[in-house]
Amino acid sequence: MTTISPGGEAADPAAARPPGPPPGQGGRRASVRPIERLTDLAIAAFLWAFRIVVLLVVVVGSIATLASGKYSLETWVDLIENGLTLGSIYALIALGYTMVYGILRMINFAHGDIFAGGAFAGYFVAVALAGAGLLNANPVASLLSVGLMIVVAMAASTLMAVGLERVAYRPLRNAPRLVPLISAIGASFFLEYTYRGLFGPGIYAYPDVAVLGEAVPVPILNMQWVDVLVIVSALLMMTVLYLFVMRTRLGTSIRAVSEDRDAAALMGIDANRAIVLTFAVGAAMAGAAGVLYGLKFTQVYFYTGFYPGIKAFTAAVLGGIGNIPGAMLGGLFLGLIESVGPTLFLDGLNVPSPNQLKDVIGFTMLVLVLVFRPSGILGERIARGRA
Amino acid sequence: MKLARVAAVLAAASILVAACGGAASPTPAASTGATEAPAVTPPTDPLGVVTIPPGEPVHIAQWGVLSGADATLGTDSKYGVEIAIDDRGGKILGHDIQLTTEDGLCTPEGGATAAQKLAADSTLVGLVGSSCSDETVGGIKAITEAGLTTISPSNTRPVLTDPTRDATYAGYLRTAHSDAFQGKAAAEFVYNELGLRTAATIHDGSSYAEALQQVFVDEFKKLGGTVTIQEAVTKDQTDMKPVLTRVAATKPDFMYFPVFIAAGGFILKQSKEVPGLENMKTMSADGTFSFDFVKAAGAAAEGHYISSPDFTAFGAEYQAFKDKYKTMFGTNPLSIFHAHAYDAANMLFAALEKVTVQGADGTLYVPKGALREAIYATKDFKGITGTLTCSQYGDCGAPVIAVYQITKAEMTQEGFPPKAPIWPKK
Repeated sequence: MTTISPGGEAADPAAARPPGPPPGQGGRRASVRPIERLTDLAIAAFLWAFRIVVLLVVVVGSIATLASGKYSLETWVDLIENGLTLGSIYALIALGYTMVYGILRMINFAHGDIFAGGAFAGYFVAVALAGAGLLNANPVASLLSVGLMIVVAMAASTLMAVGLERVAYRPLRNAPRLVPLISAIGASFFLEYTYRGLFGPGIYAYPDVAVLGEAVPVPILNMQWVDVLVIVSALLMMTVLYLFVMRTRLGTSIRAVSEDRDAAALMGIDANRAIVLTFAVGAAMAGAAGVLYGLKFTQVYFYTGFYPGIKAFTAAVLGGIGNIPGAMLGGLFLGLIESVGPTLFLDGLNVPSPNQLKDVIGFTMLVLVLVFRPSGILGERIARGRA
Repeated sequence: MKLARVAAVLAAASILVAACGGAASPTPAASTGATEAPAVTPPTDPLGVVTIPPGEPVHIAQWGVLSGADATLGTDSKYGVEIAIDDRGGKILGHDIQLTTEDGLCTPEGGATAAQKLAADSTLVGLVGSSCSDETVGGIKAITEAGLTTISPSNTRPVLTDPTRDATYAGYLRTAHSDAFQGKAAAEFVYNELGLRTAATIHDGSSYAEALQQVFVDEFKKLGGTVTIQEAVTKDQTDMKPVLTRVAATKPDFMYFPVFIAAGGFILKQSKEVPGLENMKTMSADGTFSFDFVKAAGAAAEGHYISSPDFTAFGAEYQAFKDKYKTMFGTNPLSIFHAHAYDAANMLFAALEKVTVQGADGTLYVPKGALREAIYATKDFKGITGTLTCSQYGDCGAPVIAVYQITKAEMTQEGFPPKAPIWPKK
């Protein structure tokens, strides 16, 4: 076995698939031995039991929590807007994972650290601006400063990602699929410990931007301007990205290469350029997300990229990896579930300190979504796969 | 074998001769040449003997968290050990000191891996570490079974030196204080000094934080206070609002979150943004006693309380130590256990000097069991964290806990750490 192709996976009698006859396997299925059929049956039963138990916990827990009336409407509004803020950041990072996967069928595990690179770049710009007295001079100067931070961070992340693609991924373009994956994990560690070497293990805190800390004057919302900034700019950037990919010539070239690289090359599209462009655009989103993260959560250190990276990757899979609106939806969904889920599902069941279980809830939802929709919420596109 | 016996007889004879000759030649080494067989009998020890030939270094190790979110804690301890080595010119008993470091990742699994790796090294004589209590829980068995002894500068979980601890902890001591003291001090401060009666706690699932908040809860209830909610987050969590929203629903006067720097910064900063918690008093413990934490919390840090060892109780050498730290590593202390690490290393060196048998040619024999006993027997040891005496359960630290408050003055790099504690009042 030299290569792993979708066809090779399908021929494998892997039992961990949802029940129902997979297309084109009816003939094989009749000839499996009884023991295999029993295993299949047991696993199908387990999966159904899993679905039922999870749904039961969700429904019963939610009803119990809501019926107890322990939390006011304001609490729920708080939790939801909080989830949206976090989800927007996940979504912005997830775009990079999903686009690179779409074009190369590869998970760029270093993407989280490229996000951290953007956060660092934004931090240094912020400190310089604060030192020059511009960051908090007046609201307009503050907003322009934030804009500058985002632009510099996008540029820094883009540079890093393009360099990474050239050094760590392009030489492995035609290697078996696992090879660039391992290279990506190595690149992730390389970036993390480069930051550690350059900046030390300490934590860097973004200087406060006074305007962003002020409350939005809408009664029940209890939002700060920083939340508005995160959500609005994330939505704006995602819209621009979507239009870029769907409506421009460059975007079309990316889509063409991701559908069939060889055919696209025959049509005169420079595949290398399309791939570099994909990395650049994904990284620019991650860089912007880095600054938004820094403004919202303040702390940046060398390990900052790790967990948001994992979460964003999860969001990309949740939404259907390879699908751009899917990544946005997946990010928002994951952010909301993590924020609202522990209290909504588990509080009513009297689980102590349920927030510790937010990752369990997040990943259970991932499994649940994949059990019902194996290719993610919006993931039809890659279901077709590549021959 | 035969040669050794001959050598032993020779050695005995030479001692006899020396004894007969009066004070002329007190050491046998003086009369025998370096090329001959060693003039002392290598000691035997139930836990084994490490033999260090001339020219080879004395090998010690420091293990603890050196990467990841809590890297400052272990790096700070590493610096403390390096200063201790530098202070003696890098030598002990005429041999160079070699320091190996191993990363325990602040988890039980990481601690187990690091400890097993170190335990397999037969040249090792003693260790300083680990950083996080979790690492010790995972790794101590391997270290004890290898006959080695480790002194932790920063583990504070009470159970590690509890009288009921099992035999696998025989090779474990610490210069850090037990949180049985710290949690009690925090509860007394809140109840008696601040006069607050309702409290909430948040821990991060680590054995350090979970145990410490539990001590606080027990002591606070004992004093007559009410605990409204005991919440928990995960160590990597950045978004604390959901937890804080739940805390706010119980309306406490006070919140105690003895977690580490990263999570602590997020909790403190975000607590001021949750309606209902704006005026709540907050306190964290030694795990957050770092300028990084103050930076991370930003303006929210003002008025926050932190419990920690009482630095004003430290000896006068502490100032000189801090200056040396700054010149060697170009930074203010990264965390709070550097002095404890320095003392731990020096305790180890003192015990080594006591039990090591020196051969005539400079070969060192370190009996590991005797070394362990010697460390446990440490008494009235003058360290910079105080005068250290080890109990039979491995507690060597001088548990003087103080409470510090972050005011405007401490919110700059120069102003941190606070000059003097606000409690206990002197």
